[in-house]
Amino acid sequence: MSLNRKLGIVDLSTGEIEIKPIPIELRKKFIGGRGLDMYLLYNHTEPGIDALGPDNVAIISAGLLSATLSSASARTHVAAKSPLTGAVGSTNMGGFFAPEMTWAGFHHLMLKGQAEEPVYIWVNDGGIEIRDASHLWGLSTRDTQNTLQEELGPEVQVLCIGPAGENLVRYANVMNGMKNAGGRSGLGAVLGSKKVKAVVARGTMDVEIRYPEEALEYDYEVMKHISGTKFAQIMGKYGTMFIQSVTNSTGLVRTQNFQYNQLLDAEPIECEHIEDYTFGTVGCFGCVIHCRHRYIVDGIYDEGPEYAAQGAFGWEVGCNDFETVLMGNHLANHWGLDILETGSMMAWAMELYEKGIITDEDTDGLKLEWGNTEAVLELVRQIAFRRGIGDILAEGPKRAAAKIGKDSLKYNIHVKGMSNLHSDERPTPALALGIATGTRGSDHLRSRPGIDLYNLPVPVLEKVYNNPVEYKGTYSSDYREYEGKAWQVFWHEMMYMAIDCAGVCKYHCTFLSPSLINFEHISKFLHYNAGLELSPREVWDVAERCYNIERIFNLREGFDRKDDMLSDRYFDEPTRRGLAIVRGRTLDRAKFNGMLDEYYELHGWDRNGVPNQETLERLGLDHEPSHLI
Amino acid sequence: MQKMILVDQDQCTGCRLCEMVCSVKHEGVSNPSRARISVRKRFMEGYLMPVVCQQCTDAPCIAVCPMDALSRDEVVGLVRLDYDLCVGCEECVTACPFGGMRIDTVANRVIKCDLCDGDPQCVRFCFPGALEFVDANAVNLRKKRVAAAKLAEFMSREVAAQAGLIPSGVR
Repeated sequence: MSLNRKLGIVDLSTGEIEIKPIPIELRKKFIGGRGLDMYLLYNHTEPGIDALGPDNVAIISAGLLSATLSSASARTHVAAKSPLTGAVGSTNMGGFFAPEMTWAGFHHLMLKGQAEEPVYIWVNDGGIEIRDASHLWGLSTRDTQNTLQEELGPEVQVLCIGPAGENLVRYANVMNGMKNAGGRSGLGAVLGSKKVKAVVARGTMDVEIRYPEEALEYDYEVMKHISGTKFAQIMGKYGTMFIQSVTNSTGLVRTQNFQYNQLLDAEPIECEHIEDYTFGTVGCFGCVIHCRHRYIVDGIYDEGPEYAAQGAFGWEVGCNDFETVLMGNHLANHWGLDILETGSMMAWAMELYEKGIITDEDTDGLKLEWGNTEAVLELVRQIAFRRGIGDILAEGPKRAAAKIGKDSLKYNIHVKGMSNLHSDERPTPALALGIATGTRGSDHLRSRPGIDLYNLPVPVLEKVYNNPVEYKGTYSSDYREYEGKAWQVFWHEMMYMAIDCAGVCKYHCTFLSPSLINFEHISKFLHYNAGLELSPREVWDVAERCYNIERIFNLREGFDRKDDMLSDRYFDEPTRRGLAIVRGRTLDRAKFNGMLDEYYELHGWDRNGVPNQETLERLGLDHEPSHLI
Repeated sequence: MQKMILVDQDQCTGCRLCEMVCSVKHEGVSNPSRARISVRKRFMEGYLMPVVCQQCTDAPCIAVCPMDALSRDEVVGLVRLDYDLCVGCEECVTACPFGGMRIDTVANRVIKCDLCDGDPQCVRFCFPGALEFVDANAVNLRKKRVAAAKLAEFMSREVAAQAGLIPSGVR
C-alpha cells in the first residue's frame, strides 16, 4: 500500500540511519509529497539557521500517489530552507526517481547534518546506506548518473547534483535523467553543502493498489480525456515551447531583463524549429503528454528544451538563435544550474552592463551585450564554476546586488530574492499577484492561473472556480482586470498544493486547460489507489493546511507583507511592445494592494499576511511545531 | 484469428505506463519487476525499446519445458503457461532470447505475457501508439504499405531531381 511507505532519516554527521512509519493521522492532515515535506521542514529546523550549514535538512520525497494509477504520478519533491531566499525551499521535478524510491519502500528521505567527505545515499528495498562518492565529485549530472548506472545496473534511478551544486551556487538544481530538474530554490547547493552528490534508488517492492480494477478503469478514462485535449496534443508535439509563440506575439514575455515585453524577430526561436533537431518526445513515468524532445545539437544528445530555456537563452538575453537555446539548455542541466534563475541573472547582468553599472573591468572583458551568444554560454560556465563575474552572479539577486552596489537591485526582477520566470506580468494582475505571493519567491508554479489568459466566459469560470468551495464574489473574463483574481490565485494555490501532495504533474491539472484534473479527481485517485478517504473539500483543506505551514515558516524567518511585493518597475515602467491591448500598461499600485488585501482576507490572514488565530485553529495548526514524526 | 502485439519503437516515449498497468492487471500491485513487459533504455542516447514476449511460433521456451507446461494456442497466437503443470524450473527463462519469460520473486513463479485474454492492458494504455494489438495477417500488409509509401515518395523526388526541379540528394 502507498500508505505503508516510510520516512528514512539519515544523519550525515554521525552516520546514523533511522526508518520510521508515517502515522495515518499525518497522511490525513498532509497527504504526502510537498505537504508532508513542509510539515517535516517546519518541525525539524530552527528559525534563523544557515541554509548551507549542518542545521538545515534536505527532504526528498514522492507524493502519496507516486507509482500508482493517477494520471502521471512521477513527481519528486525536494524541500529545505532555501539558500537563495532564506524562505521555504521547494522544488518539484518529473522523471522516474520518486516511483523508484516508492518501490524501494520510501516516500520521504530526510538528510540531516553534514558529511565530511563526498557521499551518495543508496536506497534499496527497505534499506538505506551511506556510500563513498569521492569518484563522483566533480562529475556533471549526466556523467554521475551514467557512472552509477554502470556500477549498480541500468535500472537504478539517480537524483544528483552537478558541479554547480558542489560549488554552492545558490540556484544549483538537482537532476534525474537528462532533463528532469528540480531547479527552483537552489536545493542543489543544500545537497552540495552536505557533501551529498547523489541519492540512488532501486526498488522491487509492491505498491498495493487498493481497488485495482476500478483504478485501472478510472485512470483510463482520465488519461483518455487528457490525451484528447488540444492542450495535451500541442504539449506532446512541442512541449512548453508552444507557449512562447502566443505569448511573444501578444507581448507577455519579459525581454532583455524588463526593458521590453516582446522579442522582435523571434521567429528563429519558435517551437517548430525543434523539428530539425528532434528524434521524438519522451515522457516522465506514466505520462500521456510526453512534453520533452530528445534532440542532438553539435553531436550532443539532450532532452528538452522548455519555455524557460527559450526565455533564458532567447528573449531575456536578446538572442534569437535556436541552437543557443538548445546548447544553453544542455549546459545548465549538465552542470546543474536552475535554467530560470540563470537566465534571469544573466539578463540582469546584461542590463547592468548596458547601463554602465558593471563594466569590462568587472567582467574581465566579457562583452555582456544583448544577443552575444558566445558571452551568454560563457557566462553559464562562469556561474557554474564560480569564475570571474560568475562568482558574484552565483550568489543570487540580493547577495549579488549587495556586492555590486550602485542601485543594482532595483533592476532585478525578483520576489523574496528569487528571480521571476521569463514572462511579463504587467498586463496581467492575476499572474502578478501569484508571483508576488509565492511562498518560495517569484514563481509561476505556486499559483499561476494559466487559464486566466484565455478570457474564458464567466459561466466557465464559475464552474471551475466554485468547486469544491463556493466563491460569492464576481469574476472578470478580462485578464487585464483585478476583479475576482485574488480568488483565482487562491484556488490555483490550493490546486497546485494538492497535486504536489499527491505527486502528480501540474500539467495534468487545471493549469493550462480548464477541463483537466481538479479536487474531485484527486479525491477519487486517493480512494482507488491508496484507500485514503478524503472528500474534494477535505483535499482542499489539506492543501490549505500545507500552504499555511509554508506561510508560517516564512513568517518565522521574518518574511511578511513587505515581501509579497513586486519590483517598482512593474508599477512605474509601462510595457512598450505587443498588441494594443497590452501595450502601455503598468500595474496599478492601489488596485494591486487592494487585491493583496482581498487575497489575505480570503486566506483568513491579517493585513500583514499573518494567519489569524482562528484560521490556525480551523486548520489544526495552532500547536505547531507538533513533532508527530 | 491470430493477433500480436506490434511494437513501433519510434512512438515509444519511455513512460513505462505499460509496465505499471501490466503488474496492476495481473497482480493487483504497481511493481514493474513483476510486469510482463519492460521498456529498455540507454540513458546516454535516449534509446527506448519496449520488450515483451513475442509468442514465437517455434518457441524455445516450449522446446525446453520438461513438463509440457508451455504450449502454443494457434487460434489466438499465444504461448500459454499452465501453472498446474509448471514446476518452476526456470529453463524457459534461460532459453528465451527476448527475456519474455520472467521470474516473479514475490509470488515465486515464472510469469509471461498472456495477452490479458485478448485485451492487453499495455496496448490499451499506450496512448502514443507504440504498442498495437493487430491481426497477425495484417502486420505484413501494414509494413508493406509503409514501405511502399516511402518508396513512392523517394521515387517521385528522384524523378523531380532528374528533371532538374529540385537538387539531387535533398531529402
